[in-house]
Amino acid sequence: MTESPLVRLFVILAALVFLGLFLIVPLVAVFTQAFEKGLAAYLAAIREPDAWSAIRLTLLAAAVAVPLNVAFGLAASWAVAKFEFRGKGLLSTLIDLPFAVSPVIAGMIFVILFGRTGFLGEWLARHDVRIIFAVPGVILATLFVTFPFVARELIPLMQASGKEEEEAARVLGAGGWQIFRRVTLPNVKWGLLYGIILCNARAMGEFGAVSVVSGHIRGRTNTLPLHVEILYNEYNFQAAFAVASLLTFLALVTLILKSWVERKSRRSEADAASG
Amino acid sequence: MKRVFTSHNVLPGFGLSMGFTMLYLSLIVLIPLAALIFRAMTHGFGAMWATVTEPRVIASFRLSFGASFLAACVNGVFGLTVAWALVRYRFPGRRLIDALVDLPFALPTAVAGIALTSVYAPNGWLGRPLEAIGMPVAFRPLGVIVALTFIGLPFVVRTLQPVIEDLDQEVEEAAASLGANRGQTFVRVILPSLLPAWLTGFTLSFARAIGEYGSVVFISGNLPLRTEIAPLLIMTKLEQYDYAGATAISVVMLLASFALLWIINALQWWSGRRAAARR
Repeated sequence: MTESPLVRLFVILAALVFLGLFLIVPLVAVFTQAFEKGLAAYLAAIREPDAWSAIRLTLLAAAVAVPLNVAFGLAASWAVAKFEFRGKGLLSTLIDLPFAVSPVIAGMIFVILFGRTGFLGEWLARHDVRIIFAVPGVILATLFVTFPFVARELIPLMQASGKEEEEAARVLGAGGWQIFRRVTLPNVKWGLLYGIILCNARAMGEFGAVSVVSGHIRGRTNTLPLHVEILYNEYNFQAAFAVASLLTFLALVTLILKSWVERKSRRSEADAASG
Repeated sequence: MKRVFTSHNVLPGFGLSMGFTMLYLSLIVLIPLAALIFRAMTHGFGAMWATVTEPRVIASFRLSFGASFLAACVNGVFGLTVAWALVRYRFPGRRLIDALVDLPFALPTAVAGIALTSVYAPNGWLGRPLEAIGMPVAFRPLGVIVALTFIGLPFVVRTLQPVIEDLDQEVEEAAASLGANRGQTFVRVILPSLLPAWLTGFTLSFARAIGEYGSVVFISGNLPLRTEIAPLLIMTKLEQYDYAGATAISVVMLLASFALLWIINALQWWSGRRAAARR
């Protein structure tokens, strides 16, 4: 029971043309323009000192945002999945909130708190602490936009696995930390990895929120996506696409890891169901 | 007696995990968002209203919401096509295409923005032929729709895929044996059971598009009153230190986002109930 071969061919072609126009052609365009002036120009654009400092800041932002959001995701999912309390639904909605907020607004809320005319602006200026147009602002904005990724993967997983195994371990005399490491973590490890991969991709690629708080100081507060923007606006297209190709490569690696984890977790689910 | 039952839990760590959750949530999300709303209120309702009714602001809202809606419609139609092809048909490259659908989630928006601009610009690979047939894309409202279609592309596909996989094909066979042709089966039997997930995907893609910034600002050309989206106008007002104006626009955007979040929750509840009823 299926459609006629002609209908089938038409549906497949429509799907492929749509994805081709919106995904594949732009993807090919990034790499073509990155190598437009040859390998030497490509390497020059990436080795330039401003590009290097952008790479370093992007790695720093991800290195702070990912572990903090993993700690938060583990804590939040443990609290929500293993205990009963009032306002659980509200808490889950609040955790998802950063996904609903425009990246520009995500950056702006920190300007309102810490900026020159912000609530804490005067106090910060007196103590010579810079958050906005400085590295801490970039990190805060990154934390906000990547906030839900790990938690929203872990909460449904932990809820589905219940708490009988943990309770059994408790009755057998295991301590809290031991239960968490030996029982809970192995059950959710693929979901955790999945959340980390997505969180990292967003942390390294965030543009709008970081753009508001960074001040675009070359060599100091520029992340890779902001460096791409600056090069592009200077009409240095080849260099912009060369730096963009690094981020595109990261995106492709993310997609590969993601589908690998999806396959792994589906297999371990099937094992759990049959075993 | 009941109290003892509900509060008794042998597992440790509630205080610690809940405490850290609330602390972190407050510091990173709740206090900053509250500061925005508080700041908006200090400027007063009159000033807010004056800002959001400026012609330039209204034009930006119209473009942001209108282009997001049209992009979500495009994704609604082609998302269903892609999801159906990926689940029901076998063709070479299917697994690769399936993985590639998530590209807009993984690719930084700024990269998507410059790539789409170079492809759809008047001298670009697709821009040139489109311009020749009288349909220029980049630096026009149509360019905004193209970028927002890109950014919302995975949502409809990913919400529909599991539902199409779960469809009971016996029901389709029953419809056929009762004399329905394939088209009738599709419209009368399949589409109704896909409806909740389809609407969820549509709304998710619409909600994502409204706030989008990075992929749009390169391709839109950013002409005030014509191709300036609301998030860009917030950015412009911030750069001019017009915090009152920026917060006023933000509050309208936030209210729209929260309303959509609420609709999405309701839709997911509806499709969850549908899925449970099928089992």
